[in-house]
Amino acid sequence: METKNKIRVLIAKPGLDGHDKGAKIVALALRDAGMEVIYSGLHQTLDQIIQTATQEAVDVIGLSIMSGAHLPICEKLMTMMKEKGLEDICLTVGGVIPHQDIPRLKQIGVSAVFPGGTSFEDIVFGMNKLFE
Amino acid sequence: MGVAKYIKDERGAIKEVIYQSGIKVKPVYGPEDLERAGFTYEKDLGAPGEFPFTRSIHPQSYRSRAWTTRQYTGFGTPEETNERFKLMIANGQNGLNVAFDLPTQMGYDSDHPLAQGEVGRVGMAIDSLKDFETAFAGIPLDRIGSGLTINAVATIMMAMYQAAAEKFGYSKDQISTTPQNDILKEMIGRGAWIFPVEHGVRLVGDSIEYAVKELPKSNPVSICGYHIRESGANPAQEIAYAFEIAKAYIDNVTKRGILPEEFVGRFSFNFNVYGNLWEQIAKFRAARKLWAKMLKNEYGVTDKKKLFLRGLFGGGGSGLTKEQPENNIMRGAYYALGAALSGAQTTALCSFDEAYTIPTPRSALLSLRTLEILMDEVGLRDTVDPLAGSYFIETLTLEMEKKILEEMKEVQQMGGMVNCISSGLIQRKISRQAYEFEKGLQAGEYRKVGLNTEATDKEAEKTDVELHEYNEEWAKKSKANLIELRATRNDKDVADSLKALEKAAKGSDNVMPHLVKCCHAYATVGEMAGVFRQAFGEWNEPEFY
Amino acid sequence: MIRLIDDNNPKAFSLLKQLYPHSGNAFIIGITGSPGVGKSTLIDALIFEFRKLDLKIAVIAVDPTSPFSGGAILGDRLRMQRHASDEKVFIRSMASRGQKGGLSRATKDAAIVLSAMGYEIIIIETVGAGQAEFDIASVAHSIGIVTIPGTGDGIQAVKAGILEIGDIFIVNKNDRPDAQAAVLELKMMLSMRNSNTLGQILNQAPRDKFEICPQKGCSTWAPRVLKTIAQNGTGVKELADTFLSHFDFMKKNNILDLKKKELERIYFNSLLKDLAMGKIELFMQESMDFKDALNQIEAGLVDPITAAEHVVNHLMVTRNLKVQDN
Repeated sequence: METKNKIRVLIAKPGLDGHDKGAKIVALALRDAGMEVIYSGLHQTLDQIIQTATQEAVDVIGLSIMSGAHLPICEKLMTMMKEKGLEDICLTVGGVIPHQDIPRLKQIGVSAVFPGGTSFEDIVFGMNKLFE
Repeated sequence: MGVAKYIKDERGAIKEVIYQSGIKVKPVYGPEDLERAGFTYEKDLGAPGEFPFTRSIHPQSYRSRAWTTRQYTGFGTPEETNERFKLMIANGQNGLNVAFDLPTQMGYDSDHPLAQGEVGRVGMAIDSLKDFETAFAGIPLDRIGSGLTINAVATIMMAMYQAAAEKFGYSKDQISTTPQNDILKEMIGRGAWIFPVEHGVRLVGDSIEYAVKELPKSNPVSICGYHIRESGANPAQEIAYAFEIAKAYIDNVTKRGILPEEFVGRFSFNFNVYGNLWEQIAKFRAARKLWAKMLKNEYGVTDKKKLFLRGLFGGGGSGLTKEQPENNIMRGAYYALGAALSGAQTTALCSFDEAYTIPTPRSALLSLRTLEILMDEVGLRDTVDPLAGSYFIETLTLEMEKKILEEMKEVQQMGGMVNCISSGLIQRKISRQAYEFEKGLQAGEYRKVGLNTEATDKEAEKTDVELHEYNEEWAKKSKANLIELRATRNDKDVADSLKALEKAAKGSDNVMPHLVKCCHAYATVGEMAGVFRQAFGEWNEPEFY
Repeated sequence: MIRLIDDNNPKAFSLLKQLYPHSGNAFIIGITGSPGVGKSTLIDALIFEFRKLDLKIAVIAVDPTSPFSGGAILGDRLRMQRHASDEKVFIRSMASRGQKGGLSRATKDAAIVLSAMGYEIIIIETVGAGQAEFDIASVAHSIGIVTIPGTGDGIQAVKAGILEIGDIFIVNKNDRPDAQAAVLELKMMLSMRNSNTLGQILNQAPRDKFEICPQKGCSTWAPRVLKTIAQNGTGVKELADTFLSHFDFMKKNNILDLKKKELERIYFNSLLKDLAMGKIELFMQESMDFKDALNQIEAGLVDPITAAEHVVNHLMVTRNLKVQDN
């Protein structure tokens, strides 16, 4: 009965910004949707995020970014993921993300974008959809 | 966010009202409610300006002086900040409130790898005393006080402020600074912490002790219920946790043989105003009373002025919505009304477009005008504490007092605030509440106009976010300054002063005098914080669920 | 790889078979204790000490799966995240996924993989949900039980029988005022513990198997009680040393080999059960008997007890017939 593959998600806070309410409540919502969630904690370097995602063999990395630096961060992380052979992991991002940046993020290779104000239902739906 | 729960019957009439703090509100209040609660004027209110200060800490309140407002400033470089400071002072402002960028807040120099992309982004970038000399050049530091919005390395910034003032020829007893310096709330809410809890508290204690002995005009700590509330605490918890945090700092300082009487008068608070109007008013009235009672009864403080709950009651950002941003103008006005009816001494409003864009000068001005309208047009200066004696407000204030005490007791039973934060008990409780509230909001249990009300056409109302442009020049300039600094300063002075700092940090000497010496030797923020990182280690965040 | 095991993927089995011969060199430490005693923080400090000795460390941290959603927040690693960029530290969180004894079904298999990967020390942190977590005794070579002063944990431990499986007892948060009392209480209770510790550590093993041991000159490991303040590392070096000396002690006295064999036997038994049950369950669920029984229970024609008995009995009969057919 426990053979169904569970979605494993790493919720990560890159950089120095410490506003973690959003990351924490999304983690709780994903747990309640039956996913296994690892939370990185604050002030993470991209190296730490890559290492954690590797060791924890996650399916999804969910970055929470409020600082406005989502484009350079996603670009760099995506390159690092390719270098480490982690292309199978879906990269998603949430936080303060202007709508006009979404196409660019998708172009970089981000699988899904959940700007602030996206409902839990939509986030869970969006995550599940990545694995259909 | 911040609305009560309304349970309605099938015809839409309100059956039950439950505030976020858990208080149920009756349809009608009368004298019997006050009687049941054992309310007496002398015990529960007293005259304004008299113990327990429920009504006001001043006998005349806004009659003698309207509230003051504070604007938060700090730009990429010290040069730009200095220009803005001078402009604000020319416009009649008598205090500055300084914002720092994240690398500075986290104790990293501008050339640290983790500072990449962050230098000057959310405030001024400070690496060494050189930058403070630039930022405060030409500012009369004997007349102008400065709030420093910094916590984990507040000791370093206090020392730097003193060192800069000394360079300009002022003595340390002339200057007035108010660093935020509330590390425990960072661990609950805002996340700009570095060192483990007990070391963080020790640094706060060092700065208070130093201020008592050396900086007679400075207020070493400003405790922020504000951010705790923004993280998901209810209004009763906001006050309770802020008071328990204050107690943790008081206990640390009294252990050094200093009496509470000598320093509690220099504590200030920063609280949040959003949500249900009546709950806010009751919250502040209860808070003033409880703070005074606690200092008097538990800490033996006798001087009346030292029992005052001083602080900034500001409109909370969490109350604003990205959707239909113009609604936020109205929200801001009602939050300010709440602050005025609560007797706020100092207030501030988030500008209406803050939820989605860079506040424009026009929106900042609107906030200011909102505050002026309340004071000058609507009549809020007419009389002190106009709601006193209301059956509802007085009953609610008593109930709020009870709720706050319950929350405080829970913290005490769990071993005090330091223990609650190290173990993550408080963070867990708050994040769970934030989650439940967000679920309720999404399910429409709490109504938020423009967000989850029927009338909202979400697509049509979608407003886009606009972010601060990041200027690479700031980082380049800071890095160049650092290279120059390292080439020109006296290496031996730097090494010696850092060595002495390390000894103090590892031992029990107050770090403040050593930090002042380090600043004078042009040691960098990263170097000083590095000594602390080495001596204290870094905090391991506890789990939150 | 661990992911495949965790998901019970059929591919995992063949990989495990290949890895098994290369495993077995790691020293496996189990850390258990009630919630809030600081297990993760203690492990974080232990990693720090073991790294000073340049040992390669792996940690398996088990967190509870929510019985309602089947999801989990795996938060133990948060306390150890400072080691995230250390190449010689591997931290893996696992959800208990319905398992009750403090570990997940796949914990043992994950330990095999990590051991084969060359990690010299593997630390397993149990769920720590407050119940007695005996499963750790069937995986770890040395078990540390963490308590804190003032919680009456000692008494709880005796009631739960958890006292019997510990090799090292740790009174964490030793800076609390009643720490000394907690240490004394633990020592007193340990003195009352049956002296044949080895037999109890392997609590599922028949007692007589180990009576040969003292005759060969093996002495008994007297359980230690240590005091730590995990938050600032006080006492953790001594704890790390004590684990290592327990390891040496077991090696020198031939206990380690015996223990490994016993753990292997337990592993074999549980594999048997897992494999057999899996197959039988599958077989039963596909059988007409099973479907009939379900229908009959639903229709109120038979009670669940009788129905279960009937299905199993019938299964035995058909199995027997098949065996005879071959």
